Amino acid sequence: MTRAKRNRLIYNCVTFAVVIIAFIVLQSMIENKTITRALKGQLIPICCWIVMAVSLNLVIGISGELSLGHAGFMSVGAFTGAVISGWLLNAHGMENETLRLVLAIVGGGIAAGIAGVVIGIPVLRLRGDYLAIVTLAFGEIIRNLVNVTYIAVADGHLVFSFLKKNVPEGARMLVDGASGAVKISKISTFTMGFILVLFTLIVVLNLINSRSGRAIKAIRDNRIAAESMGVPVTKYKMMAFVTAAVLAGMAGALYGLNSSTVVPSQFTFNQSINVLVFVVLGGLGNVLGSVISATLLTVLPEVLRAFADYRMLVYAVVLILVMIFTNNPTIRSFADRLIAPVKKLFGGKHSDKGGAQA
Amino acid sequence: MFQMKFVKDVMKFVSVCDIFKKKIMHETQNGQEKRDGKAGNALKKAVFCKKTRREQKCGRKMSIIHFTFSKEFEYCIFHWEESSMKKFLAMALVLALCLTSVAAMAEVNISIAHIGPTTGPAALYGLATLHGAEIAVEEINAAGEFKINLINEDDEHNVEKAVNAYNAAMDAGAQVILGNTTSKPCEAVSAVAVEERVFMVTPSASSEAVIQGLEAGTYKDNMFQICFTDPNQGLASAEYIVEHELGKKAFVIYNNADVYSIGIRDTFVAKAAELGLEVVGEEVFNDETTDFTVQVAAAQNAGADIVFLPIYYTPASLILQVAAAREYKPIFFGVDGMDGILSIEGFDTSLAEGVMLLTPFVATSEDEKVKSFVEKYQAAYGETPIQFAADAYDGIYTIVAACKAAGVTDGMSAEEVCEALIPVMPTLTVDGITGTMTWDATGAVSKTPMAAVIENGVYVIDAE
Repeated sequence: MTRAKRNRLIYNCVTFAVVIIAFIVLQSMIENKTITRALKGQLIPICCWIVMAVSLNLVIGISGELSLGHAGFMSVGAFTGAVISGWLLNAHGMENETLRLVLAIVGGGIAAGIAGVVIGIPVLRLRGDYLAIVTLAFGEIIRNLVNVTYIAVADGHLVFSFLKKNVPEGARMLVDGASGAVKISKISTFTMGFILVLFTLIVVLNLINSRSGRAIKAIRDNRIAAESMGVPVTKYKMMAFVTAAVLAGMAGALYGLNSSTVVPSQFTFNQSINVLVFVVLGGLGNVLGSVISATLLTVLPEVLRAFADYRMLVYAVVLILVMIFTNNPTIRSFADRLIAPVKKLFGGKHSDKGGAQA
Repeated sequence: MFQMKFVKDVMKFVSVCDIFKKKIMHETQNGQEKRDGKAGNALKKAVFCKKTRREQKCGRKMSIIHFTFSKEFEYCIFHWEESSMKKFLAMALVLALCLTSVAAMAEVNISIAHIGPTTGPAALYGLATLHGAEIAVEEINAAGEFKINLINEDDEHNVEKAVNAYNAAMDAGAQVILGNTTSKPCEAVSAVAVEERVFMVTPSASSEAVIQGLEAGTYKDNMFQICFTDPNQGLASAEYIVEHELGKKAFVIYNNADVYSIGIRDTFVAKAAELGLEVVGEEVFNDETTDFTVQVAAAQNAGADIVFLPIYYTPASLILQVAAAREYKPIFFGVDGMDGILSIEGFDTSLAEGVMLLTPFVATSEDEKVKSFVEKYQAAYGETPIQFAADAYDGIYTIVAACKAAGVTDGMSAEEVCEALIPVMPTLTVDGITGTMTWDATGAVSKTPMAAVIENGVYVIDAE
């Protein structure tokens, strides 16, 4: 086993271990009823934001493209998931919640994936920051499109229209224009959230460490060199981008079905930037970093509730401090020294740079 | 009722003391001698401290009770100080019992959580409801009988944060929720609260989905509104315009990306057709619109003499500016979202002269209760209260009136309070500063709407 391989193995094991241990601890806290209501209520959103951050990291950190519309894919997933779940329940009377949830998540992923392909095909052929601009516009388009979309179940059929008057009287509204998805039956569970996080980690880590992943990273590091080696640039960029879109759609479906209502204005540009902050703070290309930063930054504003109106101010200061500290060479070398024994345990001789950026 | 409970508690306490006394006698007979050790002194001191604190807390009433008991009480403690830990615990239990029973005698403690956006884009509304609630709580606490502990949680006008805020409030021990201020967050929170059985009164979340249940035609039984639902505002506006013959040709400008605006517009247009008010045209805009020339020009070209604006005050202020520039002077008629137009910074309030709005609350009213509320509000926050503040003020009084009617006592869980309050709400009539309110089982309020007109930079009740 080469050193690079060994480091990668350690890194992946640690990533999975962190997630699984966190799940076991939280699950036992729920069983013992020692968990606070505030934390329990945040568990599913945390899972969603972890998946969002890890998938965006695939686009930004691994393939080196800037995407500013990740919340748009989440939005597509959320509304598709809500429609699928509502349709199965109201038109087909499917009572099995777990099955409905799984189908909704899969459906949300597929819908977001299609949106990803539609955007990716023209844009990823270009060089430069076009993806950033197009994804930014995509997020806004989706939001305004949902604002005028009416989807309802009438007599067991799905009715779709851009005008409310076309929806027959007495139909069960699923997506009600600017009201968004309404009267969703909440079926998301923490266990499903955990499974989705694991699924995301397996997909992303395997992709990163595969032949395709190496090609994607080669394109990021030097596009011309990679092209001259015969790597099809558009194909591999599409692979990363669409995978990220599918995962974001899945997270969106889970997120949407966790609330009784979802509004298009929840998935704005600000939300995309929020996910971008998770990724940057966790470290570009660092999957475990994304998991941790998504968790902490979701919980942080809630923990800071004691500061009342000043909490977002404190939040900003904390962000800046974390940025400074994680980039401080003294603190980094100290952290590496802490990690060194763990690496030795796996048989490593030296502790290089640490962080083991896969 | 109250007196009876007081006497009962005293009786209970006396009997407990008696049992103690007997036990002590029994033990001394068994050969245990009274001793004055170090531990004894410490305990005596502790009891004394507790006593004084208790007295401070409960005031005069407490000290009277205390005098009647103190002899026996100290006697008990004196003899028990030397016995085992177990007995000491039993002692503490009696103390605790004594403390809680005394508190119950004085007043009913209830924790109410206000949830609304105190930061973010809708902060003006959230702060108004918070301030209104604070004034009501102050008044009620000063009057005695009820002691309200007001918890405030910020929802940032965001669905996800709203549920977090609700959970944080419940962790902090809230029994009843006053909230949310805005519709969408309220829909999300009420869906959780109806399952967890927590009683909610919203001051200003006006969409119908707030009170509707998951299935068609069902309603959340725990959810009550202080404000009109959106469709009712549309109905009332059309009726008011026709009744007072404000105009013949109406024009509607509304936000088609906003549930609130669409809801009011739909019923307004339907009712106008029914009453024979001609709607000569409609124009739409969305959240990002900053130039209203097209919309205003369309209204002007259609020759409308009344322009109905079921929108919030920020776009309304821009519409007024465009209309003034074009020298177009119809009657502008708004709904509760228009409230607040006079407090926009940098807005020339002379432009709003003659604007009418449908609102249940007018700060310049001559009504005694309204006057006193406005005075207190101005003294505390340095501004004239808007309708949202008045709604929240009435919300707190409604909760308290319901608690009174249901006989809510100290230490009930949120679920018990909820089950107790639900049946009394439809029987309740609350005479508040936004009108005399009654509710049906669906949770929708019925009260008389009023129209206010802006004259010389203040809202006055429409004289017609």
